[in-house]
Amino acid sequence: MLGLLGRRLLQILPTLFFVSILIFGLQQLLPGDPALALAGEDKDPEVLAQIRARYHLDQPVPVQYLLWIRGVLSGDLGQSIRLNVPVADLILQKLPVTLQLAAMAMAIALAIGVTAGIVSAVAKGSWIDYLVSTLSLVGISTPNFWLGIMLIFVFAVQLGWLPASGYVSPFEDPLQSLATTILPAFVLGNAIAGVLMRHTRGAMLAALSSDYVRTARAKGLRASTVILRHAMRNALTPIITLGALEFGTLLSGAVLTEQIFTIPGFGKLIVDAVFNRDYAVVQGVVLVTATSYILLNLLADLGYVWANPRLRT
Amino acid sequence: MSAPGSPASPAAQAWARLRARPSAMVGLAIVALVVLAAILAPLVSPYDPTLQSYATIRRPPSLAHPFGTDEVGRDILARIIWGARASLAAGLVSVLIAMAAGIPLGLAAGYLGGIVDGVISRATDAMLACPFLILAIALAAFLGPSLGNAMIAIGVTAAPLFVRLTRGQVMAIKTELYVEAARSLGIREWRIAAGQVLPNVVPQLLVQATLTIATAIIAEASLSFLGLGQQPPAPSWGSMLNSAQRFLSNAPWMAVWPGAAIFVTVLSFNLVGDGLRDALDPRAR
Repeated sequence: MLGLLGRRLLQILPTLFFVSILIFGLQQLLPGDPALALAGEDKDPEVLAQIRARYHLDQPVPVQYLLWIRGVLSGDLGQSIRLNVPVADLILQKLPVTLQLAAMAMAIALAIGVTAGIVSAVAKGSWIDYLVSTLSLVGISTPNFWLGIMLIFVFAVQLGWLPASGYVSPFEDPLQSLATTILPAFVLGNAIAGVLMRHTRGAMLAALSSDYVRTARAKGLRASTVILRHAMRNALTPIITLGALEFGTLLSGAVLTEQIFTIPGFGKLIVDAVFNRDYAVVQGVVLVTATSYILLNLLADLGYVWANPRLRT
Repeated sequence: MSAPGSPASPAAQAWARLRARPSAMVGLAIVALVVLAAILAPLVSPYDPTLQSYATIRRPPSLAHPFGTDEVGRDILARIIWGARASLAAGLVSVLIAMAAGIPLGLAAGYLGGIVDGVISRATDAMLACPFLILAIALAAFLGPSLGNAMIAIGVTAAPLFVRLTRGQVMAIKTELYVEAARSLGIREWRIAAGQVLPNVVPQLLVQATLTIATAIIAEASLSFLGLGQQPPAPSWGSMLNSAQRFLSNAPWMAVWPGAAIFVTVLSFNLVGDGLRDALDPRAR
């Protein structure tokens, strides 16, 4: 297990290096004088000089990169030009909100996707299977932000059951927090539920036709026992990896969903930064999401091996 | 693929299998309809999509305006029809960009192996580690807001999908006997890669391209929703949804139609893509 961890860590180092090149490279895309672009509307020569000094714009690009990456490695993701606070602080402040949303969304997606996948595999070829597959495709094809707007229309505007926007921390008022996050969490979860359903269905079909399930059936075990205890346990292992892979989808979805529900999380942070041309914040958000995605996949790999003793070598 | 006309050609067989799938044919019909509407927009659109009218501000659907009007009195149906141009163009162009960048790189990585493969694959991993929409938004933000830049941003973001797919297929194919045979005949490596290996990857690429168009259309709508795509007053489904959100309580129809247009178009491309996958790879079912 430790050897595996070491090997995987060595593998992700080059990937992380390319991630840093990619994110640093974004800066090179800015048209014209980067100092002017980074300053936004502020054309004060003093500010421009500050920016040139801060980003070492007078140095050659490779030197700029080295200075930038040295900052990143010591936790300095730059300074928000608009809010004049360190990008790292902003991210730390917004991250918990998005993590709460993401966790709720994942719970909803697993509840819907895994259940639907199992039902559809057990009832393979029936109208239930067909219905579930259609619904999953509908879920995958629905634009997140449209679903969000429609849910606001139904539950906030028409019925008045839930607030249309805003966010309350669960530590302040758990019930109110649930009320402000349940719609966006559903919107986010919906996008993944369809994918989870398809994979669960595939894995369950493979498990149901395997020898050990046939043996369990031949022993005369009840159908529910065979499905839930024998087939499902093996079919669900790949879902660990899939859950980690879908984390990226969650964060992508959070961008527009948070925007629509005005939730002050990670997604809203990057959108506001884009509107304000606060490029350091945009870079910081991409860097943190990409790095956490890579680390999460590493954890998922380890979890997968941990759940499959046969893979431990 | 082989020439049309030979009845037993793999392409003809795949087409026959595709035709036997009602969901794929429905998807194909709707895609054709949307494409036609986009091409014939000047002929079929009932109004000028940018024509403002203070007499018809936020009117609910009626005979004169079947989908209603928006906050400056523009006809929503006309804007949906013209908006199809931005969405389809974005879907198509960004996938072409992704393929133009991704296929040669995937071919090189899979065929050449070694250090070339190492560099291309790690760079691909790095890009795939960035959530799709977040990377597209970041690229579009740094490039500057316009429909063209949105297409480039989406295309670049989607390129790794084609790199990975092409690479995987090429690795599987390059040990096949007919490739060995070509090599033993002394045919140059890049000709083998382009002439023998690439055609065998085409079916998978076709499936991936169709499904990626669906992703790209949603991405373009998302970028336009954020003001990073098609610029006003030119119509696009994403920016229509953005302005609709402000009038949700008194003009909900403004939000219904553009979203429905995105949904139906994306669903159709997904139906065609799923159908193609099953038709081109009979073993998958």
